[in-house]
Amino acid sequence: MSFDNLDTLYRQVIMDHYKNPRNRGELEDDSLMIDMNNPTCGDRIQLHLQVTDGKVEDAMFEGEGCSISMSSASMMTQAIKGKPIDDALKMSGAFSQMMLGEDVDSDDLELGDAEALQGVSKFPARIKCATLAWKAMEKGINEEK
Amino acid sequence: MDVKAIKEQFPVLDQQINGNPLVYLDSAATSQKPLTVIQALEDYYKFDNSNVHRGVHTLGTRATDKYEGAREKVKHFINAESTSQVIFTRGTTTAINTVAYSYGRSNLTEGDEIVITHMEHHSNIIPWQQAAKATGATLKYIPLQSDGTISLDDVRATITDRTKIVAMMHVSNVLGTINPIKEVAAIAHQHGAVMLVDGAQGIPHLRVDVKDLDCDFYAFSGHKMCGPTGIGVLYGKKHLLEEMEPVEFGGEMIDFVHLYDSTWKELPWKFEGGTPIIAGAVGLGAAIDFLNEVGLENIEAHEERLAAYAMEKLHTMDGITIFGPEERAGLVTFNLDDVHPHDTATVLDADGIAVRAGHHCAQPLMRWLDVTATARASFYLYNTEEDIDRLVDGLNKTKEYFGDVF
Repeated sequence: MSFDNLDTLYRQVIMDHYKNPRNRGELEDDSLMIDMNNPTCGDRIQLHLQVTDGKVEDAMFEGEGCSISMSSASMMTQAIKGKPIDDALKMSGAFSQMMLGEDVDSDDLELGDAEALQGVSKFPARIKCATLAWKAMEKGINEEK
Repeated sequence: MDVKAIKEQFPVLDQQINGNPLVYLDSAATSQKPLTVIQALEDYYKFDNSNVHRGVHTLGTRATDKYEGAREKVKHFINAESTSQVIFTRGTTTAINTVAYSYGRSNLTEGDEIVITHMEHHSNIIPWQQAAKATGATLKYIPLQSDGTISLDDVRATITDRTKIVAMMHVSNVLGTINPIKEVAAIAHQHGAVMLVDGAQGIPHLRVDVKDLDCDFYAFSGHKMCGPTGIGVLYGKKHLLEEMEPVEFGGEMIDFVHLYDSTWKELPWKFEGGTPIIAGAVGLGAAIDFLNEVGLENIEAHEERLAAYAMEKLHTMDGITIFGPEERAGLVTFNLDDVHPHDTATVLDADGIAVRAGHHCAQPLMRWLDVTATARASFYLYNTEEDIDRLVDGLNKTKEYFGDVF
């Protein structure tokens, strides 16, 4: 028995984000707060976004869930901080594409650590874990727009 | 009970998952199906398929005989007095909703109470929330003891003369608790309330005698007892079912149809609007034959052994929390320290072991347990001690794996 296949899912960088999440917490005076959960499994995220002049000035999250959903939230906040909201939405689209196992041009993506989640595409049952935080971000920005 | 011979009758169990022999420990979500059930479905469609209760032709008679024959089997299986008390539904959820909608809305008024427990599955919570909202009745919860059981003192303290309906699961899908249905039904009746039992996790594993339990309604699903999905049963006491209005109207359930008014067929058909779930009922009948042949008492004893063995093995592990009472039905719900149950389930799957991870459709219970999700291994007649050894081995590998990556 080998867990080689699992290693494509649980990459070191993912476990690092799970154990030491970046941007965990709340924002004071944040312009946006989005609650989202995955009703089939109980994972939940509360995303705080500070959007000023069409730019994501700051992003923080709270939540409970598995290593994939929580590391993805950590990576997502890291990736979108300082980005124009249109870029953040594009990144979310690219992330979804990556989850479907489609090739994405990584050069103009800058998904950063989130690219390590590519392996999730081989575990269909876990894709929703990985996309939860990104969906929350999309929802927040689209409502703000 | 020859478990090896039984297992051979479940073709789905004979396969490799991620390079390992499958260990299926998710029967509380849905059980696997024996060849006899698969064959019954195939034969029905190959040789007898027709609509029921209307064809003069031979196939119509055969299909009707098979459909009504399945009802007869259910009647004997649960020891109901008459087939008129056996209503085929889509599953437990539909059965409970039928009672909550029909009986609930006609019998509840403002100030009345519906009593359920804190361990219920969503399917035995939400229909009552909706009935309470529609009628102004109050929904009350029997609290849980620290070990995940209920006490009859709490039952007596919660049920009052204002209580009209008591609804309770026979066996908890999370804790494995076996509830004292007979005693609770007696208390409910002292106060003039009716008692509904969510039997989804009861009937696959325990001998159910509705007369002995003296419950007023018993709801269950076929797919957790070796039958197909999409078929379930609502049993009810005759005088209650007779006074209840149907909830679905259309073909099959009518007696006379006039331009502006219609009358209903007699029981049980007045609750079976539309072409019924014929193949599903035939499959359920085959499942009942199968379970009878093995013997419910044997299945119960086998699962008791497996649960005790699993508890013994898991208790020796470090860094594991087990939820629910020591004495339990054939399932164990647990969490590994520092590993989320989804991650546990993914690693176990890589090892060929299927367990459930999530909130198990019992969010209020999860909050009571102060967790957002748990992992659950559930057993049935085809599981063995070896399966549990594989689970324990898989859990040790999970701890090791996450220990390494941390």
